[in-house]
Amino acid sequence: MNIDKNARYRTSHEYARKEGAEVVAGISDHAQDSLGDIVFVELPELGKSFKQGEAFGVVESVKAASDLYMPMSGKITAVNGDLQGDPSLVNKDCYGKGWMIRFSPTNAGEWDGLMDAAAYEKEAGKE
Amino acid sequence: MNLAPEALIYELSSPGRQGAALPVCDVPATPVPAGLARIELGLPEVDELSVVRHFTRLSQKNYSIDTHFYPLGSCTMKYNPKVNEVAAGLHGWRDTHPLVGEDFSQGAIELIWKLQEALREIGGFKAVSLQPAAGAHGELAGVFMIRAWHLSRGDSGRTKILIPDSAHGTNPASCTMAGLTALTIPSDAEGGVDMAALKAALDKSVAGIMITNPNTLGLFDRNIEEIARLVHEAGGLVYGDGANMNALTGIFKPGEAGIDVMHFNLHKTFSTPHGGGGPGAGMVGCSAELADFLPGPVAVMRGSKYGLATPAKTIGRMKSFYGNFGVLVRAYTYVRMLGASGMRRLAENAVLNANYLKVLVEKAYKVKYPRRCMHEFVAMGDIAEGVHTLDVAKRLIDYGFHPPTIYFPLIVPEALMIEPTETEDKDTLDGFAEVLLKIAEEARTNAQLLHDAPTTTPVGRLDEVGAARNPVLCYRG
Repeated sequence: MNIDKNARYRTSHEYARKEGAEVVAGISDHAQDSLGDIVFVELPELGKSFKQGEAFGVVESVKAASDLYMPMSGKITAVNGDLQGDPSLVNKDCYGKGWMIRFSPTNAGEWDGLMDAAAYEKEAGKE
Repeated sequence: MNLAPEALIYELSSPGRQGAALPVCDVPATPVPAGLARIELGLPEVDELSVVRHFTRLSQKNYSIDTHFYPLGSCTMKYNPKVNEVAAGLHGWRDTHPLVGEDFSQGAIELIWKLQEALREIGGFKAVSLQPAAGAHGELAGVFMIRAWHLSRGDSGRTKILIPDSAHGTNPASCTMAGLTALTIPSDAEGGVDMAALKAALDKSVAGIMITNPNTLGLFDRNIEEIARLVHEAGGLVYGDGANMNALTGIFKPGEAGIDVMHFNLHKTFSTPHGGGGPGAGMVGCSAELADFLPGPVAVMRGSKYGLATPAKTIGRMKSFYGNFGVLVRAYTYVRMLGASGMRRLAENAVLNANYLKVLVEKAYKVKYPRRCMHEFVAMGDIAEGVHTLDVAKRLIDYGFHPPTIYFPLIVPEALMIEPTETEDKDTLDGFAEVLLKIAEEARTNAQLLHDAPTTTPVGRLDEVGAARNPVLCYRG
């Protein structure tokens, strides 16, 4: 299982990684592996605000469709448009080219409540 | 099975061939205005015998409960007795026009009324409507009723419905379609609703909970009465998803365990056909408090006559006329053929068959929640390095079995959801288990057999990913 050491995680397998004042989010390698070949990703409109834990989009594989949950509260500043044409980027490079959203967090304190890489590795290993 | 690949009907077309001779026109011809007439319609030109052979060959490739075992978890693919068809084909049922007045359709309305009464008794409900035409349609009716009940009390703040993470995907969909928001409740280590998470989620914004019991893991949630009590205490209502009712008939009445409104799938539990996509019937039953909100019309007795009536605060119609009447005739026939003791034996056999098969399958496959199951169980198909549930499912086809439901419920990785149903005998279950164990052996010794499967069918392993990413939806692009 490939884990981005710089990111933090939710139990629902989304990751969040700080980049300057903003946060980039997507799904973990464990999540993309469990879902299998991803065929569709639905992402939110720019400028939309979500609370932590709210669904910001949907990821669909041949096995299942799953909601994507905000790792932290924030306002969407960018979405990865490349996923429209090539959703397999999430399978190939979930922490890099397969990123999903970029947002400016509205409650920076929520970062501390997320799991770090070590804790997530342990959590995901249980499944 | 006829294994030769079958061409599309368009590919059988040859210019000038035809299967019908139209009579000579005996009225003055009115030409289609110039510019609107199309000559090239691209319709297949085929003679009658070719059409008959084409569709007969296709039908021979059909897989059905009348030919094979069909252990499709959650779908209850049980035998549909032929007497149901005899009843539904009777002239009086089949040919009565739905607009015939009540005086001339007393028999049809009597059947609707008697089926309502039978289902009311089986479910422990106070009132029943047979309007909805499918399980999810019944769910939608139920959620509309819950919303209407809250609004009738002036409580417009209840916008959330709690749904366990083991639920059918239709539950959150029904809730969204009814304008409410679904909130997921996790399962506990036993596979039931996590009671702490439930308590934490209950507040004044909760309209109710949708609960499936036994749930999609095939497990009975022993806390059902406590769940209902907590939700009621918080001012919410309890919706029951009756997809798995064949585990409970004659033994457990949901309406007496605190379920306020619930649907039954007549096309599962009550043996009406559904393999071809319906038509189905998803009747709703409810408590006295919700009876006025039922979709209408419902059948009623007026003195010695039967009639149709619309409940006082109805959410409205869910379907034209009186539901899928032909399906209701089949379900009523089934109820009367089995009687009260048969209803109980139905559930006993469903549970016995599933547990028998589970013990056999467990010799080679993990079952995530190993406690005694109800009518189905969820095994896991990752039986060897590099082998996935999909491979096991495809290999089963080579051995002549319809694969179980796979990758559902979502909370079990590599899920293989097996429901043998109550109508199978021991020999069939033994034969199926033997093949599953053989496949597990193949997975260890020659996994390529699984990766290449199926090889005994007209088409082999299909490119599901390609089909989903780049669907081609029109013949000749």
